[in-house]
Parts: sequence; structure tokens; C-alpha cells
Amino acid sequence: MDIGSFLINAILLVFLAATAIAVARLQNLFAGAMLFGIYSLLSAGVFVVLDAVDVAFTEAAVGAGIATILMLSTIALTGIKHESIPIRPLRSLLLVAVVGAALIYGTFDMPRFGDAEAPAHQHVALRYLQQSGDEIGIPNVVTSVLASYRGYDTLGEVAVIFTAGIGVLCLLGGSRRRRTDPADKS
Amino acid sequence: MRHHLVLRVIAKLLIPLILLFALYVQFHGDFGPGGGFQAGVIFGSAFILYGLIFGANTARRVATPEVVRVLAACGVLLYAGVGVVAILRGGNYLQYRVLAATATGGEHLGIFLIEFGVGLTVAMIMIGLFYCFTGYRPSDHNNGTHPHDA
Repeated sequence: MDIGSFLINAILLVFLAATAIAVARLQNLFAGAMLFGIYSLLSAGVFVVLDAVDVAFTEAAVGAGIATILMLSTIALTGIKHESIPIRPLRSLLLVAVVGAALIYGTFDMPRFGDAEAPAHQHVALRYLQQSGDEIGIPNVVTSVLASYRGYDTLGEVAVIFTAGIGVLCLLGGSRRRRTDPADKS
Repeated sequence: MRHHLVLRVIAKLLIPLILLFALYVQFHGDFGPGGGFQAGVIFGSAFILYGLIFGANTARRVATPEVVRVLAACGVLLYAGVGVVAILRGGNYLQYRVLAATATGGEHLGIFLIEFGVGLTVAMIMIGLFYCFTGYRPSDHNNGTHPHDA
């Protein structure tokens, strides 16, 4: 790894950690929502460094854009300060340390980053990369996999988004008719 | 928001560009990064920006909540319908290669249509969520009293 990419990685990770700590320590929810947006933007930067531009694109649009707006809208409905609840810092720290150690222990069995022999690069990925150009005829392999090879999954994802959206519409009553109708029993 | 002249002028300049960028992301997803999910979110955020600057009720006149809900369902139906058309043309469900004369032509057409369905649903759900949050009044569900006031 050359010094330039090391610097970029180090700066991104330091900023990610600093933003996460700041979010946890803030009492002001408005500032917290804005910091969440910044966190998403930094994550998008990390994904670009990892060559996952499609994921970075989604993270920037959804995480930094829509999620921030929805959080701000929720704050507008509820309140800008959160009530302080008594916490036991030692127990929380112990829990975080144990779970974090277990996660790090789990990474020891994972293949090295960028390892060409990793199972993820040996299974169907090879076929997608080598033959999707002839089979699908589309330069972007991500789109080929997402829309064609994994068409069922993507249909399921769209159905999930639709169902979740309809659920929120039902819960919050998105219909103007329902709000202006006093005879409505619900 | 009536006096935020700078915001209003900049928003009027930006919103057409954001919509155009959403269409670019939607229809250029075969060749570069992007696709229906990202394009839908970008298209929705253009509407949300419009609603934030000019008021949610003005945005509701541009795209009424009824239209938004119907179009959200249409996106899923378009996606699922492409699969049914593939069955009717003698293939398997969502097997795009039977949709056109050549296999790659069918894949192009199928991916184009389902990505459009994805983008439509995602954009409309995002706009619908924004309408929900901006139109919600807690008193409507508590007989006129706020739960914390009682």
C-alpha cells in the first residue's frame, strides 16, 4: 500500500470514529442528525476507496440524503432534546468490549482483503465477470447481477421497500382525506 | 419560507438539474454506476427539496398523495409484470432473453423495464414518506390532545 492511499484510509477512518463518538456524546438531536449525514458521506468515501462505487452512490443518496431528511422531519415532530436516562457506563463498556472482541476474533478466519483465492471470488463471481458481457451484453456487471442473474432478489427488495412505505403510510396516516374527515372513527 | 429569496432561487436552479441527473442515473445504470434504487432516491430528493423550500402543501399539489401511492404500486407491478410477460412468451419467470428477438436484446429490454419499475417505486415511496412526516399531526390520533399534555 503506497503512502497516498494509506493517508486517505487513515483520514477517513479517523473522521468516521470522531463522528461516531461525537454522535454518541451529543445531547442535541438536530446536530446528531447532521452528524449522521456526515458519517454516511464518509462511509461513501470508504466505499469509493474499496472500489464499490455503486454501494458508495447508494450510501451517499440514501444515508446522507433521505435518511437525514427523515430524521430531521422526525425531530420536527417530536423534539430537539432527548431526555437523559440513567445509564451504567461500566456495564455498557464491558458489553461493547466483549462483543467487539468477538467480532474481531471472527475476522481472523476471513480471507485477507483483496485475496484472489477468497471464496467470494471463486464461486459464481468468476462466471459473472467473464461471461456476463456475452450473456447479458451490459458493461456494468453490477447491473447485470442485480437486475438479471439476481432478478428475484431485486423484486423482493422492491417489494420490501413498497411494503415498508405502505406500512409507514398506514401508521402515520399519509392521506389528507382521513385527516380532514371528522367522522373517521380511527 | 416566503422571505428566503436565495434558497428559492437556488432551488429553482438546482431542481431541474437534480431531476435530469436522476434520469441519467436511471438510464445510464447499464454502463456506469447507478440504477433504479439510486435514481429513485435522487428523483425523490428533488421533490423533497421542492417541498422543503416551497412548502409541503405546494408539493402535494404537484404530485398528489393519491398519485404517489398509485405510482408506487405501479412500479412493483411493472417489475412483476415483466416476469409474467416472460412466462407468456414461453420462458421462465423474469427470464428476459425471451422478451425480444435476440437474447441480449431481451436482456436489455427486461433490465431497462425492471430498473424503471424499481426507480418509480423507490421515488414514490420516498415522496410518500416525506408527505407522511410533514402532514402528520399527533392530535389527529388522540382526539385533539397531545399525549404529553394530558
